[in-house]
Amino acid sequence: MANSKQLAESLKQTFTSQIESCEVANKEVTIVVTDRNLISVLEQLKTYPEFAFEMMIDLCGVDYLSYGKAEWKTEIASNTGFSRAVEEDDGKIIDPDKRFAVVYHLLSYANNQRLRVRVYVTNNELPIIPSVIELWNCADWYEREAFDLYGIVFDGHPDLRRLLTDYGFIGHPFRKDFPLIGQVEMRYDPEKKRVVYEPVSIEPRVLVPKVIRNDHRFEKVKEKKDSSFDA
Amino acid sequence: MPELRNLTLNFGPQHPAAHGVLRLILEMEGEVIKRADPHIGLLHRATEKLAESKPYNQSIGYMDRLDYVSMMCNEHGYVLAIEKLLSVEVPERGQYIRVMFDEITRILNHLLWIAAHGLDVGAMTIFLYAFREREDLMDCYEAVSGARLHATYYRPGGVARDLPDTMPQYEAGKFRSDKDANRLNENRQGSLLDFLEDFTQKFPKYVDEYETLLTDNRIWKQRLVDVGIVSPERALQMGFTGPMLRGSGIEWDLRKKQTYEVYDKVEFDIPIGTNGDSYDRYLVRMAEMRESNKIIIQCIDWLRKNPGPVHTEDHKLFPPSRESMKGDMESLIHHFKLFTEGFCLPEGEAYAAIEHPKGEFGCYIISDGANKPYRLKIRAPGFAHLAGMNEMSKGHMLSDIVTIIGSQDIVFGEIDR
Repeated sequence: MANSKQLAESLKQTFTSQIESCEVANKEVTIVVTDRNLISVLEQLKTYPEFAFEMMIDLCGVDYLSYGKAEWKTEIASNTGFSRAVEEDDGKIIDPDKRFAVVYHLLSYANNQRLRVRVYVTNNELPIIPSVIELWNCADWYEREAFDLYGIVFDGHPDLRRLLTDYGFIGHPFRKDFPLIGQVEMRYDPEKKRVVYEPVSIEPRVLVPKVIRNDHRFEKVKEKKDSSFDA
Repeated sequence: MPELRNLTLNFGPQHPAAHGVLRLILEMEGEVIKRADPHIGLLHRATEKLAESKPYNQSIGYMDRLDYVSMMCNEHGYVLAIEKLLSVEVPERGQYIRVMFDEITRILNHLLWIAAHGLDVGAMTIFLYAFREREDLMDCYEAVSGARLHATYYRPGGVARDLPDTMPQYEAGKFRSDKDANRLNENRQGSLLDFLEDFTQKFPKYVDEYETLLTDNRIWKQRLVDVGIVSPERALQMGFTGPMLRGSGIEWDLRKKQTYEVYDKVEFDIPIGTNGDSYDRYLVRMAEMRESNKIIIQCIDWLRKNPGPVHTEDHKLFPPSRESMKGDMESLIHHFKLFTEGFCLPEGEAYAAIEHPKGEFGCYIISDGANKPYRLKIRAPGFAHLAGMNEMSKGHMLSDIVTIIGSQDIVFGEIDR
C-alpha cells in the first residue's frame, strides 16, 4: 500500500486553499472540504493520475449532535461524588455549524491508496450538499441511504427516494435525536381488520451508560501514531 | 391497433429465487427487462444504530448476523477497525487462526452460493453435494466456538480461545445406528486440526465433482454464458469488489494488495475472469475455493508447529482467565469493568477493510473516546452489487434475472443491515 504521508503531502500541494484540513492518523489520510469546493476537489481526485481515485468505496452520513457527551461523570466526580443515574442530553451541539457531515471513502486501484473526505453540511434545518452520482455511479444508493437515515439532501440526485425504511416512514432514524426504540409501534387491530400504527408504549432505557475515559495509555498510542504513520 | 404498454411486474419479496427478501419492480417489454428497481430494507434491523447504544464487545454478535453465511469474516472487519484505533498487536498464532477461519468461511460462503445458484438455475444435485461439505466446516465452527453459525469467535486483541484438542462426536440413537455413528466419527478422533487436514485432502476432489457436474454442462452454460456482462470500467464505477470485480478481469484482492494479518506469509493466487459474465464469476469462485483450501493447509501446518498465545494479555481489553479471576483481585476488577462498562477507545476514526467472500467488507468507526462507537458504518459488498442490478439486467430475459441474482451472491443480512 502506498505511503500515506506522501499522499498527504501531495494533497496539500495540489489543493492548498481548497481543502480545510489534511490529517494522517492510523495510516489513513483524511481531508475536510467545504461543500462549495466538494465537486471540484472530488473531480480532481478522480482524474489526476497521481490520485486516480476511480472507485468510491463508501459514502455515509454522520450526525455530530451528541459527540463527546457522556452519560456518566468520570473525572470530576471524585470531588463531587457520583450520581449513578443516566443524565439526559440537553441536545446542544459543540459546534452548531457542524451537526451533519458526509464522509466519502475513496480507493485508488491504480495507485493502491485510500482517502477519506469529510464535508460538513452547513444548514442544520435543511442539510443539502451536491450529489456525486456523476463522478461515481455507485453513489446512487449510498446517497439514498444517507438521505433516508439522516435526511441529508443530495442536490442533483435523479431519484432521491427512501431506501431502507418502510414505505410511508416518517423521520430519519439514524439522527441522534431519534430514539432507539422508534416513534411508532405496529399491531393488528381485529376490529378495524388491518394493521395500525400507534405511538410506542415502551419506555426507552439505557443498559450500559456511555462513559468517556481519558485513558493514559492512549497518550502512548497517540505518540506512537505521530512518530510512525508512514506505511 | 391497440396501444402497447410496458408491463410492470412485481418479483418477490417471497420468491424462492429472491435469496431472502428482495423485492424487484420489473418493467417488462414482453419478456425483456427494461428496468429493474430493487426495493430493499425488508430486513433492515438498524445494526449500526444498535451498535451505537452498546459497548464495543457486545456488538460482535451482531456482525455474525449481517452476512449470515460468512459469519467470521464480518467479525474480522469489525475487530480489525477496533484494533486499528487501539493499536493492539494480535499474537501470531491468533492471526493464523483468524486467517484459517477466514478461509474456512470463504469456502462455506462459496458452497452455499453454488448450492443456491445451481438450484435457481435448475441444477438440483449440486445443492446436496455442497451441503454435505458445509456440514463438516460448520462442525469446525462448532468445535471452536460452540455455535454452528453465529460464532462470536473473533475478539479485539485475538480470538476467544485456542483450537480444541477434540472434535464433537456423533451419537447413536433412535435415528442412527452404532455402525453409522462410528463411521461418521472416524475422522473425528483427533484434534480440530486433524479433522481439518482430513477435509483439505478430500476437498479438491469434491470441487472436481462440482465442476464435472457444471463447468461443461450444456444447460449450465446456456444459462450463464454472456448473462450479466460487466466491463472492468463499469465494475469500478459501480463500486464492485471481490469476485464481481475479479470476474471482469481486474486483479484486485485486499489479501494481497493491502495485506492484513498473515496473508503475506501464505501462498495463493488470485483467479480472474476475462468476459465479466456470470459464467466467469462462477469460474472465479470455484477457483477461489481451491485457493482457500491451499491457504488452510498452510495454516494447519504452521499452527501444528507453533503453540502459543492466541489473544493479547492486556486485560484492559481482553478478559482474564476464569481461573485467575477466582484468586486474583486485579483480575476480578478487570473482569467486572469489562463486562459492565466495556473498554473505551481513543478519540478518532478508523476504517478497516477485509477481503470478505463477497468483496470488500469494511467497518468505519468514529469514536469520541467513549465505551460505545459514536458512529459505526458497515460497508457491505452486496449493497453495491445489488445497486448495479438495474444495469446488469437491462435487456435480458425475465429468467436471466434469476441467474444475475445468483451470480451477485446476494445475502440480505448485509445489504439491509
